[in-house]
Amino acid sequence: MVLAAGVLLVGVSYAVEPFRNFQLATVAAYLCATAGLTVLTGLNGQLSLGHGALMATGAYTVALCQNAFADRGMTGGWLLPISLTAAIVSTVAVGAVVGVAAARLRGPYLAGVTLAVAVVVPALAVTFDGVFNGEQGLSVPVEPPPLALGPYFPYERWQLWLTGAATLLVLLLLANLIRSRYGRTFRAVRDDEVAARLAGIHVARTQVLAFVVSAATAGLGGALLAVLAQSVSPGAFSLTLSLFLLMAVVIGGLGRLAGAVWGAVLLVALPDLTHSVTELLTLSPAVAQRLEGNLPLAIFGLTLIVVMIAAPGGIQGLLSGLGRRLRARRS
Amino acid sequence: MDRFVFLTIDGLSRGAVYAAFALALVLIWRAARVVNFAQGAMAVAAAYVAYTVATATGSYWLGFLVAIGAGLLLGALVDRVVMRHVDHASPLNPVIVALGLVLLIQAVLGMVYGNEFRPAEAPFSRSALTVAGVAVLSPYDLFVFAAIGVVVSGLAWMFARTPVGLRMRAAAFAPEVSRLLGVNVGGMLTLGWALASGVGALAAMLVLPTELGLHPHAMDLVFVSAFTGAVVGGLDSPPGAVVGGLVVGLLLSYVSGYAGSDLTPLAVLVLLLAVLLVRPGGLFAPVAARRV
Repeated sequence: MVLAAGVLLVGVSYAVEPFRNFQLATVAAYLCATAGLTVLTGLNGQLSLGHGALMATGAYTVALCQNAFADRGMTGGWLLPISLTAAIVSTVAVGAVVGVAAARLRGPYLAGVTLAVAVVVPALAVTFDGVFNGEQGLSVPVEPPPLALGPYFPYERWQLWLTGAATLLVLLLLANLIRSRYGRTFRAVRDDEVAARLAGIHVARTQVLAFVVSAATAGLGGALLAVLAQSVSPGAFSLTLSLFLLMAVVIGGLGRLAGAVWGAVLLVALPDLTHSVTELLTLSPAVAQRLEGNLPLAIFGLTLIVVMIAAPGGIQGLLSGLGRRLRARRS
Repeated sequence: MDRFVFLTIDGLSRGAVYAAFALALVLIWRAARVVNFAQGAMAVAAAYVAYTVATATGSYWLGFLVAIGAGLLLGALVDRVVMRHVDHASPLNPVIVALGLVLLIQAVLGMVYGNEFRPAEAPFSRSALTVAGVAVLSPYDLFVFAAIGVVVSGLAWMFARTPVGLRMRAAAFAPEVSRLLGVNVGGMLTLGWALASGVGALAAMLVLPTELGLHPHAMDLVFVSAFTGAVVGGLDSPPGAVVGGLVVGLLLSYVSGYAGSDLTPLAVLVLLLAVLLVRPGGLFAPVAARRV
């Protein structure tokens, strides 16, 4: 399945224009984060509003590593994987701290703490502007594609290969995790903590593990996003991003990796779609500017409310319900 | 010493606003077992309505009254149109819906008013009066204390002494029994939402002139601070929320005065984590029965 997806991705990367390649790469980067979040929230029942902040941690780590390598004049294709690993390690550390606190908290308390994390972490980048360069953020120097691929290899295609490979690896690992013993303990803890404890599951340890796994993928997602944009700034990792991620997994269908894919696609497609719609309507520039940033937000918010009330299973829930009904009719 | 006095007064004035906001959170939590994460956005929406009315009519006080009214109305609307229909089986659902409301409200405000800061005017001077050479209170601080004092004691009186307050407490405490006894439980819930949202709107009107001004995201940090205040006091305790709000206001004022205003968000996070890890039920919680 993963191999097939990989082959498909390479095929698509040749078939479509560079800008679409870049968009697909962005989808892949978001997918890392949404897949991790859906495991945490959907399977383990822990709500996190702080995943935007975890993505920021990964993004800034990559930026600092790549800058450090560039300052020392080191070049080579093997540097980026090292930086990405460093990003994962640093986010795992942050995720472990938040996760230990989170394991003791329930419901609204957990949401409140992670909300505070999401509001505070971008502010830290401004506070310690000696390291993080304040509101302007850092640039991320990234190597061009290897020469072996030919001199005219489009940069966007290389970006898609890079992020696509990383994301497919993440999805493979997560899918295996969900089907393993750990995935079952995640679900057991979500459904009934007391029963899980009676069955010999260490509840707190399971929750911390889920948080750490989820943080690692969020960190990788943020790092990939930084590599794609070749820059990081606190504005890109605001509270809105955290809400977006949550929204994406809820609308896609909580607890399902396929739902995370739908969510990540929506995150990139919806702003693009509203942009083309506002271009179609003839509006004054001031109105258009106001609409462009806010219309996707409004649609996201409204969809989230409607989905939560009318179809709590999300897109993937609707699809599998449809599939079941078709099969039932046939038999 | 002068500085300490000034920071204390400033902190109490800020804390009074956080206390009102935390009180609004506690009101909804007690009535519906929902932490209203959309409270900040709803309050900002009311403040924008006040801004429109005040610029159209030139009267701050008319805008002020309209803001409270808009807050009450918005609260009732949110309960009737949205929250009533959410499945409360999982505690995640109302939180997620509230976050959807945050996005929706902020986006609509951004579309109507634009994402730039607008000046929020204060009805009284914000420069401090000096008593014996020490800068103490500004007329605006007095106004804040008076407004919050009236609202808090009014709510306390309502809940303790009036039939409506008794019904609201009954509906929150034992919905089934109160319904059998003829209490309109749904109506009480809507009233609770309206009251909380009105108090939130008042808090926004009071705090915005002391910050950067009107902005769709202006209440984000205020919400986090007020939530911290509510948690410090224990989400179930209205007096706790007031004390917790004042504590958070004082802490933020001292941190920004002695260590730099950049560090205040971090201080809020540290306080929130510390309280939750040491005493998750808040400082005013009764000793909980043992959990299985």
